[in-house]
Amino acid sequence: MKDKFVVPARLKTTSFVLMGIGVLTLLIGFFAFHGEHGSTRFWAGLLQNSSFFLLVTLASAFFIGATTLAHGGWQIAFRRVPEAISMAVPALGVILLAIVLLIVFTGQEHIYHWVNAEHVEHDHILSWKSAFLNKGMFTAFTVITIGAWIFFVMKLRNMSIEEDGWDLTAATGRRIIWRNTVWCGGFIVVYALTVGSTTPWIWLMSIDAHWYSTMYSWYTFVSSWVSGIALIILFLVYLKRNGYLPMVNEEHLHDLGKFAFGFSIFWTYLWFSQYMLIWYANIPEEIVYFKPRVWGEWRPIFFLNLLINFIAPLLYLMKRDTKRNYSSMVFISVVILVGHWIDFWQMVGPGTYKHLVFPWFEAGLGAGFVGLIIFIVSGQLSKAALVPKNHPYLKESIIHHT
Amino acid sequence: MAVKNFVVASFSDEAVLFPAVKKVRTAGYKIHDVYTPFPVHGLDHAMGLRETSLHTAGFIYGITGTTTALSCMSWIFNSDWPMNIGGKPHFPLPAFIPITFELTVLFSAVGMVLTFCYLCQLAPFVKKHIFNPRQTDDLFVMAIEVTAKTNAEELKTFLASIGGQQINEQRVEAGWWFGRFDREDRLFENKGVEAVNA
Repeated sequence: MKDKFVVPARLKTTSFVLMGIGVLTLLIGFFAFHGEHGSTRFWAGLLQNSSFFLLVTLASAFFIGATTLAHGGWQIAFRRVPEAISMAVPALGVILLAIVLLIVFTGQEHIYHWVNAEHVEHDHILSWKSAFLNKGMFTAFTVITIGAWIFFVMKLRNMSIEEDGWDLTAATGRRIIWRNTVWCGGFIVVYALTVGSTTPWIWLMSIDAHWYSTMYSWYTFVSSWVSGIALIILFLVYLKRNGYLPMVNEEHLHDLGKFAFGFSIFWTYLWFSQYMLIWYANIPEEIVYFKPRVWGEWRPIFFLNLLINFIAPLLYLMKRDTKRNYSSMVFISVVILVGHWIDFWQMVGPGTYKHLVFPWFEAGLGAGFVGLIIFIVSGQLSKAALVPKNHPYLKESIIHHT
Repeated sequence: MAVKNFVVASFSDEAVLFPAVKKVRTAGYKIHDVYTPFPVHGLDHAMGLRETSLHTAGFIYGITGTTTALSCMSWIFNSDWPMNIGGKPHFPLPAFIPITFELTVLFSAVGMVLTFCYLCQLAPFVKKHIFNPRQTDDLFVMAIEVTAKTNAEELKTFLASIGGQQINEQRVEAGWWFGRFDREDRLFENKGVEAVNA
């Protein structure tokens, strides 16, 4: 049994090639998009990709937190996979921090209108919101949020690795459950107060600073959460295909598939709830968000978003057999990840650079982030044993039956 | 419905039940059913039951609900009684979605419950024979049908050898019947409960 993951040279090369594409796109974008309006697309592309991939990797930590608090045992056999994915949060968090602070402090007013003090003064709505929406609050929220996330993912990871060295007795078993529950509880509270509410407001919703939606944070959260599950599935199947994780079988895959299925529907529920209330009330200051998306240039993307993130998983994952098949799960996971990347694209694009463009720049940056995630996660997977052998629920996970 | 002969054995533990089910099937006996105090994971596979078609039925009921809701509402608001509500079009799809969703759920839920009752032959006031009163309490009870080819005595010895307890033979109604358990003596008709292995 292969206990520890050894990073294959091919995977390393792939990650470097993808990161190279990302850096190259960044450089081309930097020189291609300049001037007052040109640089808007440069920053919008960076904001879209960094927030998407940061939230997707953070969803892995949420997976650990939620399953631990629910006293779930089934995920223990592959718990090291979401753990390793969540370890991409520090690097991606620092990248995002740099990007948003540069946007705010170099005064990119086509991304965030509210950074222009003169503009805010003459704008009734923005001046009313300025107690919350100002540079100081933005920086403080972002720094505290990312700092707390980094602290918690490191803490959860370090605790798990530390437990490998303990002797397995009833007392240590209880201690493992207790301290994991406590720390996961703390993390869930932080996660709920950040991803569940404030973070999407300040990073993404403040692009359309005049507009607001109470659904927005949940919508962003579930978009990242369902993509996070897709990412876990991809790494899981990759390890399985390479002969690792012998205790993980289609039963575990089936449950992950149910998550992907259920939360795709939940995403649609929020997508629709946000849309319908605004459509029904038909108030000008509210429909301003949907105007370019539903009746403007972005119309095909808006409906493609629904097709790829709702209809595709709904019909594809409905059958039991597709949820238990490794190849079909890889296919639908890629579809879900691409779909929610498009979702983030249509959340950022219409409010910043307005016109629908072929997203070569955004996709190139996305490839760079994918390469970075592969690089970090594969490195983290090789650092510790793939199975947390002392976890008391390990047996429950091995004999798991859906 | 038919009155049939059954050899009934009780098992005290899941760990005894699973190998016993496997051995009984390998020996070629026909398991009528296994009654357990709680849902046992994997028992359906061990018994060789086919996948249930309940979910397919649920999908069909759901689709029926969707079409019913959409066609009914669009008929009402387009041809039967067109109304102008808040200047919305006569086919306001977003406004139809919640009702469509609810009818889909309602049709599939009610339909699946009824289908489930039909498949399990359950209905109000309908009774089925209880092979052992403790089958809903703490015992795993296996009923094996005695066919023309079965040697009941041989089967009893065989069940005792694989961990069966309270082995007895019962001649009972295999399907459902109307009545009350306390007024019918069917339940304890063959009261010769001999604890072979006790």
